[in-house]
Amino acid sequence: MVYDAAVIGAGVVGAFVARELSRYRLKVCLLEKESDVAMGTTKANSAIVHAGYDAKHGTLKSILNVRGNELMEQAARELGVPFKRIGSLVLAFSGEDRTTLEHLYQNGIRNGVPGLRMLSAEETAAMEPNVSGTVVGALYAPTAGIICPYELAIGAVENAVRNGVDFKPECGVLGIRKEKEGFTLVTEKGEIRASCIVNAAGIYGDVISEMVQDKSFTIRPRKGEYLLFDKSQGNTVHTVLFPPPTKMGKGVLVTPTVDGNLLAGPTAVDVPDRDDVGTTAPGLEHVMESAKKSVPDIRFRDVVTSFAGLRATPSTGDFIIEASRTAKGFLNAVGIESPGLTAAPAIGEYVAGLLGKEGLPLVPKNDFDPIRKPVIRFRELADEEKQALINRNPLYGNVVCRCETVTEGEIVDSIHRPAGAGNLDAVKRRTRAGMGRCQGGFCTPRVVSILARELHIPVEEVTKKGKESNLLVGRKG
Amino acid sequence: MRATEVDLAVIGGGPAGLAAALEARKNGIGSILILERERELGGILQQCIHNGFGLHYFGEELTGPEYAWRFVEQVEKQGIPCKLNTMVLHLSSDRVITAVNSTDGLLKIKAKAVILAMGCRERTRGALSIPGSRPAGIFTAGTAQRFVNMEGYLPGRKIVILGSGDIGLIMARRLTLEDAEVRMVCELLPYSGRLTRNIVQCLEDYNIPLRLSHTVTNIYGKNRVEGVTVAEVDSNRQPIRETEEVVPCDTLLLSVGLIPENELSKDAGILLDRITSGPVVGETMETCTEGVFACGNVVHVHDLVDYVTRESITAGRSASDYILHHKETGRRKEFVRTVPADGIRYVVPQQICLREHPEGLKLFFRVDGIYRDVRIAVKCGGQEICSVRRQKVAPGEMEVLTLKPELLKGLDSCGSLSVELVKGKEGGLRP
Repeated sequence: MVYDAAVIGAGVVGAFVARELSRYRLKVCLLEKESDVAMGTTKANSAIVHAGYDAKHGTLKSILNVRGNELMEQAARELGVPFKRIGSLVLAFSGEDRTTLEHLYQNGIRNGVPGLRMLSAEETAAMEPNVSGTVVGALYAPTAGIICPYELAIGAVENAVRNGVDFKPECGVLGIRKEKEGFTLVTEKGEIRASCIVNAAGIYGDVISEMVQDKSFTIRPRKGEYLLFDKSQGNTVHTVLFPPPTKMGKGVLVTPTVDGNLLAGPTAVDVPDRDDVGTTAPGLEHVMESAKKSVPDIRFRDVVTSFAGLRATPSTGDFIIEASRTAKGFLNAVGIESPGLTAAPAIGEYVAGLLGKEGLPLVPKNDFDPIRKPVIRFRELADEEKQALINRNPLYGNVVCRCETVTEGEIVDSIHRPAGAGNLDAVKRRTRAGMGRCQGGFCTPRVVSILARELHIPVEEVTKKGKESNLLVGRKG
Repeated sequence: MRATEVDLAVIGGGPAGLAAALEARKNGIGSILILERERELGGILQQCIHNGFGLHYFGEELTGPEYAWRFVEQVEKQGIPCKLNTMVLHLSSDRVITAVNSTDGLLKIKAKAVILAMGCRERTRGALSIPGSRPAGIFTAGTAQRFVNMEGYLPGRKIVILGSGDIGLIMARRLTLEDAEVRMVCELLPYSGRLTRNIVQCLEDYNIPLRLSHTVTNIYGKNRVEGVTVAEVDSNRQPIRETEEVVPCDTLLLSVGLIPENELSKDAGILLDRITSGPVVGETMETCTEGVFACGNVVHVHDLVDYVTRESITAGRSASDYILHHKETGRRKEFVRTVPADGIRYVVPQQICLREHPEGLKLFFRVDGIYRDVRIAVKCGGQEICSVRRQKVAPGEMEVLTLKPELLKGLDSCGSLSVELVKGKEGGLRP
């Protein structure tokens, strides 16, 4: 079988490209080297839907940011992913900062960002009472929002699979052969033929493009570390708070998350290793110090976890979304650093258009269903709905994760959905089991036994995140 | 949705909840319901298969399950109803409980009195912000204990333990007995605050090194833990970089503290103590919310279950009094506060009602460091009213002091009762 298109990388970009292509009468596969969707940059970032005033006017980033922001509401609704347009503030601490904000404002206006407004110190304090007293003003962008990035990617892939895309996890691409017609991809799971390839390999974007001799850019991993706070702290701020931007990025933000936690980060440090997502003592220290500048009373004793992610920083300074000059039918969608999450739905649309220009026939399917089967979140239901649900399926009456109130019914569903959960972290990302204040201390043994039962594997074979990450080393002697 | 009414609802069927429920039955309460989220009663004791329980209360040495069984058996004999596999989702300040399980669905339980006995949870890596990667093989000691003792699986073969909490020490021995290699136990403080008998019986007897003033500064491994960096810390508890050493291992166990589990208490608006993280209670174990009592590790973390049992008996008796006689304890109107002063971290109960206490009053407290040759003094309005001498005190061993009935007379004028350490000539912090 020859696929019309093979998408490499199941981060949020690959997910939206695959979903977009599933609208058409095409045979599409989505290849992922890790065990699950959203295991790279998509898993660990600021989870912000940016308004679009940052990216320099005229860049691809600026266009896709604003378009992505527009598309996000519909995408989130169709995929059943919570999205809140809470707005953002860029804070100014000095007159100089105000000038920086003024430039951002002008840039935003040119980018077509709606509703931008400069706020006085008083207006800022009224909007965010916990903000530092040293703030002299802010740039308010009402269209900024928050969303869970991996949930969005998981939703998009589920919907793509439902519409006929083949999702292939643990299927890393080792080499690409250009054939007379199309390509042969040599993968960990054998050879795959495809007419077109979309390179959405994130941090490994340049490694993949070199497989077709395209060396026109490089990708540098830039680490960002974060602190996540208990839900009791989720109301510390109500909008996304940014410090004034610098050359290295938008700085350490403080924001509520869509799930009700508080998030602070990221750092911005270039690292040599493409797999180095470890947190560091200086990094976490920097996040604390910087977050305190914006919100002095932030409660570090309520940190529930810390994590780090890598941005795929391109040598070109802009998103690289174009047909490769070295191999016809090979398209890059790489260098997607911030605002990549925001832009993802727009990138999907844009990439499909480019593939059409490359000669891929984009004939719409009659039976494309944009709606993902709704995910039941027990904790959010009214009492009557909870009762009705348990009557239908008693597994929803068994609470497995007590911190986040996740039931066995939800966990079983997450395992059996399209592109379903095959390990502990995959269950966690889909259901939030283990994400609360006890960080899985209570529910880990229970989720492990549910995974073993549902997947028909021995308990010792259950992993944390695929590939040799087994949680247990054997049976007791 | 099912709605029921009971006289007494007990949230949690561990040692605290069981003892409280039994005491209430003994005091004539007929309508009792125990709500337990596990598949069986007994709480955390069920996974504590080592011995050492019951020396104080039963005068003999029992394993955790044996200790629990003494109460479970009685609860069964007394026919006290329990709902297992049942999670309480919400508690309101007027004592309406919302709970859920697979067979009943949602339950609304209106109770005349509620006893909180939810126990505690373990502190995690996240709370400590230990830097490094996030592979499989990092467990809290209690989770590892459950895997080994309840599920029958080994969490790892080469193990480093951070924190010399009692569960960590117990697990050092347990995993050694299962042929795992416990490389070391690291303790941030210059001393182990835990029970001396556990240090001797779990580490020294098995030649497991205890590294005092050491911590873990990094974790390695992409899929599974491959090693950790261990470093000595200075007097400010900051790692000394030159002492960093990589210790290869496949597992890191954390035994770095327990936190009373009070999310339901917060729901109900119950006042909590910032130091214990448990409800503020009176000597009756009543919280500041009328008709809601609390006992065991949900109030403050105990090191001996025997004390949990005693405290829970008090809670069960008080709840019965409240149900039968609507006894106005008067605590909300007239009480004196107990105050932890020099050298004392906290005192429970935090409030004492001014009335007759024919059996005297017990104060439970912990000191904030290791001291030798000290006097513990109780003062009322600056005036010392009683004191006891101690050869050695340590944060790991809960102290108890009984105030005799005659001492309690005439307290009404003082407003507060402070407990403090008075150091002797030889006194002072010893490493």
